Amino acid sequence: MSMIFGVPLAVLSGQLLIGVINGAFYALLSLGLAVIFGLLKIINFAHGAMYMLGAMVTVIMFDVMGVNYWVALFMAPLLVGVVGVLIEYFLLRRIAGQDHIYSLLLTFGIALLMQGVLTNIYGVSGLRYSMPDLFKGGINLGFMFLPYYRAWVIGIALVVCFGTWFMIEKTKLGAYLRAGTEDAQLMQGFGINVPLLVSLTYGFGVALAAFAGVLAAPIYSVTPVMGSHILITVFAVVVIGGMGSIGGAIITGILMGVVEGLTKTFYPPASSAVIFLVMVVVLMFRPAGLFGKEA
Amino acid sequence: MSQSFDSTAIHQAILEQQKADARKKMVLNVVLVLLLVAAPFVLYPVFLMKILCFALFAVAFNLLFGFTGLLSFGHAAFLATGGYTTGYLLTNFSGLTTEMGILAGTAVATLLGLAFALLSIRRQGIYFAMVTLALAQLVFFFFVQSEFTGGEDGMHGIPRGHLLGVIDLNNNFNMYYFVLAVFLGCYLLVQRIVSSPYGQVLKSIKQNEPRAVSLGYNVNRYKVLAFVISAALAGLAGSMKSVVFQLASLNDAHWHMSGEVILMTLVGGMGTLLGPVVGATFVVNVEYHLSQGALRDWVDPILGGIFILVVLAFRSGIVGELQKFFKKNLG
Repeated sequence: MSMIFGVPLAVLSGQLLIGVINGAFYALLSLGLAVIFGLLKIINFAHGAMYMLGAMVTVIMFDVMGVNYWVALFMAPLLVGVVGVLIEYFLLRRIAGQDHIYSLLLTFGIALLMQGVLTNIYGVSGLRYSMPDLFKGGINLGFMFLPYYRAWVIGIALVVCFGTWFMIEKTKLGAYLRAGTEDAQLMQGFGINVPLLVSLTYGFGVALAAFAGVLAAPIYSVTPVMGSHILITVFAVVVIGGMGSIGGAIITGILMGVVEGLTKTFYPPASSAVIFLVMVVVLMFRPAGLFGKEA
Repeated sequence: MSQSFDSTAIHQAILEQQKADARKKMVLNVVLVLLLVAAPFVLYPVFLMKILCFALFAVAFNLLFGFTGLLSFGHAAFLATGGYTTGYLLTNFSGLTTEMGILAGTAVATLLGLAFALLSIRRQGIYFAMVTLALAQLVFFFFVQSEFTGGEDGMHGIPRGHLLGVIDLNNNFNMYYFVLAVFLGCYLLVQRIVSSPYGQVLKSIKQNEPRAVSLGYNVNRYKVLAFVISAALAGLAGSMKSVVFQLASLNDAHWHMSGEVILMTLVGGMGTLLGPVVGATFVVNVEYHLSQGALRDWVDPILGGIFILVVLAFRSGIVGELQKFFKKNLG
């Protein structure tokens, strides 16, 4: 078997694959955070909880009503998006004029509340969700075995990321969004319903998180605390990439997944900390982040 | 409008008012201290010590958040570092007296605080919060994987030992008065810092950082110093906590703890001196009483609910709202 730096090629490519998949999740989540940050100027601490909610809703809908994966792929983000719009309308809007720190703390409270309630109902041991039949099995690429579902996750995550990027950078709706980021008051003066735009943006951002949650349901353990684990890592990814660009969030997300996978191959003990170490290095040499624009 | 007001008379009146306010505050402080001295005869000392440790933790946090306007989401790292260091030293080096262990724990937390500050200080607002959170997570992973912390099991049986090699701290009353003395000393220190010219600069940074810069202040140096003092006091709280409970665990390093100290400060009243103390007392009591009753599994969601409520409706916190009330009705 061929070896690279003393590691079998199959092991290396296997870890790289897992890295790219984790990276796809980081990308989806940091993308949602970036979209919300753009217009609302808040760091959505409830983002991990929304990701968790997406996965939980998928499992619960299947257990209770037998809703299949494909329907859940649309239903869960939609439901969570509606929850997001309600949260924005009834809670976040009330403190819109205050220091942004308060909205961060508010979303933190929401995350604690949601995670705590669901933990009480479902426990932390993890719910089971079986893979859709279509995705059982995989393909042998010669140097590694690629399960179909993993290929699907990477593919669809890239499509959704690109779609979001396209919508924000190239369409009229995206132009409104970007204009609102620059000067919301002026936008309102032009007759655009900014409060509605803000609600929908928050809803869309958390729907992206829920979408990532649905994708995660068949391969990760679905528990009420799954969101808080990944959220802090995603924060580090966001700091590394900087909040400047949508494209930056996507690229950094995937890149960090790969870095994590490589570390797991060559020096496993550091794998859970490596992204934070990268963050420290980036902060020392490029405090605004790799793609950041702010001073 | 004529300019015939006697400005010295007005000045005099203001000074009188300030003196009267200071006197009122003095009386309030003396009453509070007397209550704290008498408390262990009525209430369980270990529970009181828990409150004092968390109150010190919150006071430390408030120096940074309430007075300087920097939201650190990583203060658990200092609490845990202080606790683990002290616990490790006191367990493994029997020659050390308790206060040496506590001082060493505080020193290590202070150095960690300096490292955090230098890395995070260039980012502001919510970025600052994210950076400190991520750095604290790095510290958390370090403690999870280190041998000496006992990993998931924690560090047990830390000896309380003798203060200065003389006073037996295994006696809860001795331990309590030691913790109380340290707490009061730190409280006075923070009070002194806040009212000093340095503290005024910190407040000006909170209110308007660009203006503080334009006035010629090197704000980053002021912020780093505030962060380091805050980390040192948080570490001291952790060190004492590990001696009181003879235990240091991963709970103290978890981001959950960083959130809890924010809640304590907010509930009590950020930017007030007494607020964090009131807030810590409130949160520790809520957690204790909930964990005793039928709602024992609902502590987290209830804390989350309190968080939402405070942010939406009582941003000034208990002490802040009381101050507003007295100003309106008695001022």
